[in-house]
Amino acid sequence: MSSLLITDLYAQVETDQGPKDILKGVTLKIESGRTYAIMGPNGSGKSTLAYVIAGHPRYTVTSGTITLDGVDVLSMSVDERARAGLFLAMQYPVEVPGVSVANFLRTAVTAVRGEAPKLRLWIKEMKEAMAAIQMDSSFAERNLNEGFSGGEKKRLEILQLALLRPKIAVLDETDSGLDVDALRVVSEGVNRFRDETGAGTLLITHYTRILRYIKPDVVHVFADGRIVETGGAELAEILESEGYERFTTVKS
Amino acid sequence: MTNAVVVPPLDLAPQTRSFDPAAFIEPTSRDEEWKFSAFSQLKQFFIADQSAGNVHAAGVGVNMLDIHQVASTWIPTDLAAAIARANVTEAGVLEIEAQSVHKEPIVIDLTTSTTKAYQHIEIVAGRLSDATVVIRQNLTSQINGATVVTVGDGAKLTVITIIDGDTSTALALQLPVSLGRDAYFTGALAIIGGGAVRIQNAITYTAPGGTAELFGVFLSDTGQHIEQRIFVNHDQPHCKSDVMYKGALLNPGARSVWIGDVLVRKEAIGTDTHQVNRNLVLSDGARADSVPNLELETGDIVKAGHASATGRFDDEQVFYLQSRGIPLDTARQLVVRGFFAEVLGRVGNTHWRDELLAKISQRLGIEKFEGDDE
Ligand SMILES: Nc1ncnc2c1ncn2[C@@H]1O[C@H](COP(=O)(O)OP(=O)(O)OP(=O)(O)O)[C@@H](O)[C@H]1O
Ligand SMILES: [Mg+2]
Repeated sequence: MSSLLITDLYAQVETDQGPKDILKGVTLKIESGRTYAIMGPNGSGKSTLAYVIAGHPRYTVTSGTITLDGVDVLSMSVDERARAGLFLAMQYPVEVPGVSVANFLRTAVTAVRGEAPKLRLWIKEMKEAMAAIQMDSSFAERNLNEGFSGGEKKRLEILQLALLRPKIAVLDETDSGLDVDALRVVSEGVNRFRDETGAGTLLITHYTRILRYIKPDVVHVFADGRIVETGGAELAEILESEGYERFTTVKS
Repeated sequence: MTNAVVVPPLDLAPQTRSFDPAAFIEPTSRDEEWKFSAFSQLKQFFIADQSAGNVHAAGVGVNMLDIHQVASTWIPTDLAAAIARANVTEAGVLEIEAQSVHKEPIVIDLTTSTTKAYQHIEIVAGRLSDATVVIRQNLTSQINGATVVTVGDGAKLTVITIIDGDTSTALALQLPVSLGRDAYFTGALAIIGGGAVRIQNAITYTAPGGTAELFGVFLSDTGQHIEQRIFVNHDQPHCKSDVMYKGALLNPGARSVWIGDVLVRKEAIGTDTHQVNRNLVLSDGARADSVPNLELETGDIVKAGHASATGRFDDEQVFYLQSRGIPLDTARQLVVRGFFAEVLGRVGNTHWRDELLAKISQRLGIEKFEGDDE
């Protein structure tokens, strides 16, 4: 059993006009075996939350805490967080020219597992994982994310999820840019990962369509840098039909 | 006066050519040609040194000949080169027989036994020959001279030059390449180490239909000043040039200069030329200068392009790799290796491509990558 605890988290980003507050008091708990959804309007800070959990250097935490099983996450480097069992499937996965998918995956798996997998077993494992998300094995030789379509990038994120087997996974809009078939394949990938590992999963999304495939236990509404409402799966349906207006009404 | 040939004053073309050092005025560090150079380490080459020896070339089919037996058509274009040519006494010569096809690369090792040496190497690829030559230049001293390449009609020649050495060394090297009708030249130049390195790579076409591909990778670290000057003179119709150089500046004080001059003269109709230089600056206090020049005297060409970019480390790439558990050092090394992979991928000979990648990795402090054995 693992749990990621975020308590009263404030974070800002450096802009040309000086620091800008984006997260304004986020409190959130992600436990093993449970699935959480965060829904909220554009620009409300959902990706920022995901990046801050992963430790992106662009954001500065000004107060609050993040702990994984009681251990301080904020003092860990980006790679230490990943090795501690955190994973972020990014909204915009980064292209890395000249680094093959195969080389990248093996380097990452070696780092996270603490030892290099046996070559023959590894090739088999990678091929099977690629087949499971219907990704052609020729992608292994391609440069990391370079020239990948939006949907292909998202599949590769889920492939990494399957191979790295984190304790807590944050999936930032993994559903956007996917057609119906790809959405099903990716959702099945997430469900398989969840069922096999019992990990905790946080889905950041705009649309309820992914929630038809991946059932959330808890739905949070995110607006203006914090969680403003929490409910069960039915809350997602209400948001889908009513929109976020009542959470974003002008305050000033 | 002297036997100097005065070339019409075009911006990009050398002004004077002569075997006689007296035909050249001694440069100063303010001259356009030298203002980017490691002048204080290179100015030693403006004075003839009687005690200097010769660079020795060893390899299958390579002969050391008395310089007077060498019929070189190349005429020096600056004082240092003229001094080297006037003072070198022996030349390393490789003649690749016409029509011969060499499956295995011909490896030439260049060495010196004196603290200062003059170099003259001639590589002549006979018509319709096909060969790869690997020149290993392990610098241990101060070297001034030339490696002169002549590619005969219809010949296909790849020259891979690997330069390595510590920061106490200096090298002023002319790399003139002359291409015959429909000749195909691939030059791969890797500068892994060395102190003050200045390389002038001039491409001339003596007949239509020639192709020159110039690929370069260089690493510059503290105490290194790596300067490359490329001059492609398109004065024949239907010739091609494709230049791609990539460099990485590793630590504070690292310095690199890349000047790419392409001149397309009026008669060079149907020219296809492209040049690009990209540099990765991995540290504050390192400096990369990159100046691509393209001078077109005719619009009747296939295409002409040039580009240059010097960038910082891509933090997003490093973050992405790190977020998958890969430690910072490894992530940075992967990104640098990836940066070079594009140009190394164009070196046809896979054995030497791997060798270069291994050398670069070693310089970056990577013994071996997970996944390399796949
Ligand atoms: N580097 C930055 N510089 C300036 N502003 C930034 C920066 N990064 C994020 N922001 C701002 O922070 C706010 C939150 O952005 P974030 O990407 O977290 O939103 P989001 O909820 O994920 O939006 P979306 O639904 O569009 O993905 C936005 O107003 C954004 O413009
Ligand atoms: Mg977002």
